[in-house]
Amino acid sequence: MLSIKNLHASIEGTPILKGINLEIKAGEVHAIMGPNGSGKSTLASVLAGREEYEVTEGEVTFKGKDLLELSPEDRAREGVFLAFQYPVEIPGVSTTNFLRTAVNQVREYRGQEALDAVKFLSLMKEKMKLVEIDQKLMSRALNEGFSGGEKKRNEIFQMAMLEPTLSVLDETDSGLDIDALRIVSNGVNKLKSKDNATVVVTHYQRLLDYIVPDFVHVLYKGQIVKSGTKELAMELEEKGYDWIKAEVDGASV
Amino acid sequence: MSKDNQILEEFTSKEYEHGWSVDFEADEAPAGLNETIIRWISAKKEEPKWLLEWRLKAFQTWQKMTEPEWANVHYPKIDLQALKYYSAPKQKSKPKNLDEVDPELLQIYERLGISLNEQKKLQGIAVDAVLDSVSVGTTFKETLGKLGIVFSSFSEAVHEHPELVKKYLGSVVPMTDNYYAALNSAVFSDGSFCYIPKGVRCPMELSTYFRINAANTGQFERTLIVAEDDAYVSYLEGCTAPQRDENQLHAAVVEIYAATNAEVKYSTVQNWYPGDKNGKGGIYNFVTKRGICAGNHSKISWTQVETGSAVTWKYPSCILKGDNSIGEFYSVAVTNNYQQADTGTKMIHIGKNTKSRIVSKGISAGKSQNSYRGQVQVMKRADNSRNFSQCDSLLMGDRCGAHTFPYIDIQNSSAKVEHEATTSKIGEDQIFYCNQRGIATEDAVALIVNGYAKEVLNQLPMEFAVEAQKLLALTLEGSVG
Ligand SMILES: Nc1ncnc2c1ncn2[C@@H]1O[C@H](COP(=O)(O)OP(=O)(O)OP(=O)(O)O)[C@@H](O)[C@H]1O
Ligand SMILES: [Mg+2]
Repeated sequence: MLSIKNLHASIEGTPILKGINLEIKAGEVHAIMGPNGSGKSTLASVLAGREEYEVTEGEVTFKGKDLLELSPEDRAREGVFLAFQYPVEIPGVSTTNFLRTAVNQVREYRGQEALDAVKFLSLMKEKMKLVEIDQKLMSRALNEGFSGGEKKRNEIFQMAMLEPTLSVLDETDSGLDIDALRIVSNGVNKLKSKDNATVVVTHYQRLLDYIVPDFVHVLYKGQIVKSGTKELAMELEEKGYDWIKAEVDGASV
Repeated sequence: MSKDNQILEEFTSKEYEHGWSVDFEADEAPAGLNETIIRWISAKKEEPKWLLEWRLKAFQTWQKMTEPEWANVHYPKIDLQALKYYSAPKQKSKPKNLDEVDPELLQIYERLGISLNEQKKLQGIAVDAVLDSVSVGTTFKETLGKLGIVFSSFSEAVHEHPELVKKYLGSVVPMTDNYYAALNSAVFSDGSFCYIPKGVRCPMELSTYFRINAANTGQFERTLIVAEDDAYVSYLEGCTAPQRDENQLHAAVVEIYAATNAEVKYSTVQNWYPGDKNGKGGIYNFVTKRGICAGNHSKISWTQVETGSAVTWKYPSCILKGDNSIGEFYSVAVTNNYQQADTGTKMIHIGKNTKSRIVSKGISAGKSQNSYRGQVQVMKRADNSRNFSQCDSLLMGDRCGAHTFPYIDIQNSSAKVEHEATTSKIGEDQIFYCNQRGIATEDAVALIVNGYAKEVLNQLPMEFAVEAQKLLALTLEGSVG
């Protein structure tokens, strides 16, 4: 579904991603871990098409298409979803209204009919249950004054509404309380199917107890320096990153 | 919720969409401004002598005045002698009712999306259609007449209700008020007149649609709204003009009078031709709008959405004379390309316990300049007066400017005046967030801007709100990304 080959990207002339290779197949869950500043969010942003990042080398194909050729909105319409590490506030625009615009633009691109108000609201109701999000948040301005956890939950609610094929969850677990973590993870699991794939970026093994990954990758200094299964996450939890850093830095000296 | 979406769906065309004009035979005054022209206009309208004299007095006053230069707008001097001061479509005979109006004229309004056919009426809205210097027709006159409400063209009111016109004309905006008001008083052509008698709540929105069609003609309309004790009315004004290379002058006067316990809501969506991308052409919009809360517990509320004009100079104001009276001003002013707007309000607190609220949302894009100018004045007698002002500016790009000029003058120590101001930029991260959810950039801008202006747009009647949101989106097209 997604194939990343030798991806290099920089921001304002500073190289951040330095040759990422990653293959993701439908039905899989991949976890990406790695120390602060290693480039995890950058990778997510580059996949979503954020303009500030310049791709200097490499290629990304998504469902057979050259992803890097597409505008950010077309990537979203093709099924790429990014749950932001820091969701953005849009004053005066209700979550409901925002999502109705989004859902209908995505549907239009996919050749589906626009949802009328009634159908849209019933879809909302159904998806709201999935992540147990409070109805009251829906009529408030998007993310404005939302608590950290509410913002994260709202990201997954949006994911449920947009039914993406590739979801990248950037530290969705941070800021969630213990119950919320379970509820939101269950939501993500229910959205899983053999046709879609999930990438979870996280610092904590705890999330991976709920959303069980097929593969775990460690990103360090803009490269995937280690890949394994969920046992790798346990090892990292126990030992931290120093041993990996030593391996990599030692090798490169 | 559906409001925003309707906009996004309807929002397709790219340029100023009302830029067309229609050729028809017109009855025009020769170019120039002098006493003879004023007599000519007055005669054309078969006005009573007192009105002619009033005009001439205004003209004399105006001759002694100079064009104001304090506003933060720059434009070449207008040659007032090169303008024509009257242009009316030739009609075979004076139409007695809408059925007799030349269908060609009605079509102009159909094309603007305004039906003057009462059967196909805009839901619950009575319309007075003003084309260049004259009113083409007014709908629902009979229905309203049964309640004692007068809603007609100004010219017609001069003939049918001279005592009312004489009593209130110039009572809120005296002819000596300012340069453009004096000019308007001398040469005003037509406009709307509304009178709501004591105790009547007007059951529908009253609306005037101004359209400039003729070239080289100034439009000087005059609107007078009077609400007697316990009366209520909501009045809407819309306007468009053809796309022309030269600048055209529009200098209107609006007067509102609210008696005891009366409430008047006045909403405008101003969409005069703003000029092209390079700043060529466009309307100069120099307007004086003022209301007086004459009676106790009266209320006047101005809501304006300013998207058009090359230059806008406009300060809808409230004189809060009655005790416990309330004045409100809600404004969204958008400027793009080379547009300039200097707009705001004045709240003059005279009575006790008077309250005013100002919410101004400026949006600047391109190389435009957008200024808010607001005055809050609390007089000696105005015990316990309150004012709250919120002035926000939103910038798109870095070649535009936003300026805020608040003037506060307080002569009573019990007054409470609050002023808040913010300046923000449309964030790349907000647009990216929308993009990431599948929303195209233009639509993202529309969404963000409409969210920003929501507090003001919410004040508008539904049909107008939809129109206004569409206009905001259109005005800002291509300004990001
Ligand atoms: N404009 C910029 N100029 C230079 N460096 C930048 C710029 N923006 C981001 N960076 C750097 O890019 C690196 C990667 O950042 P990124 O947000 O991708 O890290 P991350 O792996 O997501 O970290 P975290 O775990 O803290 O979320 C960081 O070192 C960051 O400081
Ligand atoms: Mg990050």
